[in-house]
Amino acid sequence: MHVVEKRQLMSAVEIPRTLDRLAHEIVEKSGGAKDLALIGVRRRGIPLAERLAKIIRASSRAQVPVGTLDITLYRDDLSTVAPQPVVQASEIPFAIDGSDILLVDDVLYTGRTVRAAMNGLFDLGRPRRIRLCVLIDRGHRELPVEATFVGRSVETSDTEIIEVRLQEIDHDERVMVMDRVD
Amino acid sequence: MSHRFRHLLGIEPLDAAQITFLLDQAKPFQEFQRHPLKKLATLRGKTVALLFFESSTRTRISFATAAARLGADTMNLQAESSSLKKGESLVDTVHTLLAMKPDAIVMRHSSSGAAELVAARVDVPVINAGDGLHEHPTQALLDALTIRDRRGKLEGCKITIFGDILHSRVARSNIHLLSKFGAQITLCGPAMWLPRELECLAPNIRLVPRLEEALKGAEVVMALRIQQERLHEPSLPAEEYILNYQLTPARLRLASPDAIVMHPGPMIRGLEIDPAVADSPQSCVLEQVTNGLAVRMAILFELIAGSAEPKEQAKDSSHAAD
Repeated sequence: MHVVEKRQLMSAVEIPRTLDRLAHEIVEKSGGAKDLALIGVRRRGIPLAERLAKIIRASSRAQVPVGTLDITLYRDDLSTVAPQPVVQASEIPFAIDGSDILLVDDVLYTGRTVRAAMNGLFDLGRPRRIRLCVLIDRGHRELPVEATFVGRSVETSDTEIIEVRLQEIDHDERVMVMDRVD
Repeated sequence: MSHRFRHLLGIEPLDAAQITFLLDQAKPFQEFQRHPLKKLATLRGKTVALLFFESSTRTRISFATAAARLGADTMNLQAESSSLKKGESLVDTVHTLLAMKPDAIVMRHSSSGAAELVAARVDVPVINAGDGLHEHPTQALLDALTIRDRRGKLEGCKITIFGDILHSRVARSNIHLLSKFGAQITLCGPAMWLPRELECLAPNIRLVPRLEEALKGAEVVMALRIQQERLHEPSLPAEEYILNYQLTPARLRLASPDAIVMHPGPMIRGLEIDPAVADSPQSCVLEQVTNGLAVRMAILFELIAGSAEPKEQAKDSSHAAD
């Protein structure tokens, strides 16, 4: 079983442009982002959160602290995931209690990752509210989870995989739709 | 990069990369001990059997707490109340237990090799919590985590371990672990507890009979527990042991100025260690206990969560591989 690129969804130019638009939408819908805090989920949500925070800070004078969240311990599918799960540290340098949190991830699919992220957050405190920002929403929700801020919505089939590549992690910058091939 | 572990029977078979992986996996669990709510659902519905054929309070409580914080349940078997007293064999005891379907076995036994014997006959992960004089792998891991946190790294560490080395599985596991990171190991103790064969355990080991000599330049000073039953006239009275081998403030000054003092516990203040040293800022004994919880949570997580065969490609697998 391997993957084959089917088509490109976003280019190296479109990703930053989308993030820019998202950041401004976030500021607009957050009453100025004064108490806003961003939390990047596991791997690729983290550079996305950092980039968004940077743009928001530049355009709103809000502090916008950024935390990172590893959800390995909160997953509901440990036995079906990679052969040996790897836990990494979460780092949240601000108080969760009463905070206005924006969870950031690259792809929203079944919603299980977000459910796990919320469980993780509730273990740490009681946020005032949690909203979700994703680069790609690919549908096929299995839980009642929605994103307030979406970079792009895409219709996909179950056999397809969305691959997001970001400079900070992959030294490449684009979003592709991949097909699983036997 | 991840590693696969079926059992944790000892440190000797592991390599430095595997050990580093386990220590790194313990870090998030160190952070977890500071959470207001110390309860995960990660191993919910899983059962960890605690088979302690030798009495132990600290290690057993540490494993029980680690399991509970991960959301698992425990089954507790203790030597005093065990069927062994009625003559049941070890293998039968284990098979009876297996019929209740535990998801992992944590075992302490007075015979070296007992954990391996059991692991060969069961199909659940086995964690050695101490077997005879052989190994105590989770102790060495928590010691290594403590050393790495305090010193910054494990490589090239100058460590002096002193006391009853002969009868210490803690010493053996630590020697195996630290030697894989190029440590310079000095072993010290009364002659009857310091056989020459110990030099063969790993490269770069020296045996030094006098504590003052052994402590010179040490960065890590590890005191071993003395079993008081072993201190008797005429071979080695307690007073003589204290005179020659107690870690006093004066002796500690012979070590490196920022040397750390470790002890697997329980300490006997006034015997192997002077109370002033036990309570000094150089002493890491309480950190060792906290790190023990983190290490044991990481081990239980790795062995139990990693033991299921992947059933199918998970939907978010491109995510999961991150």
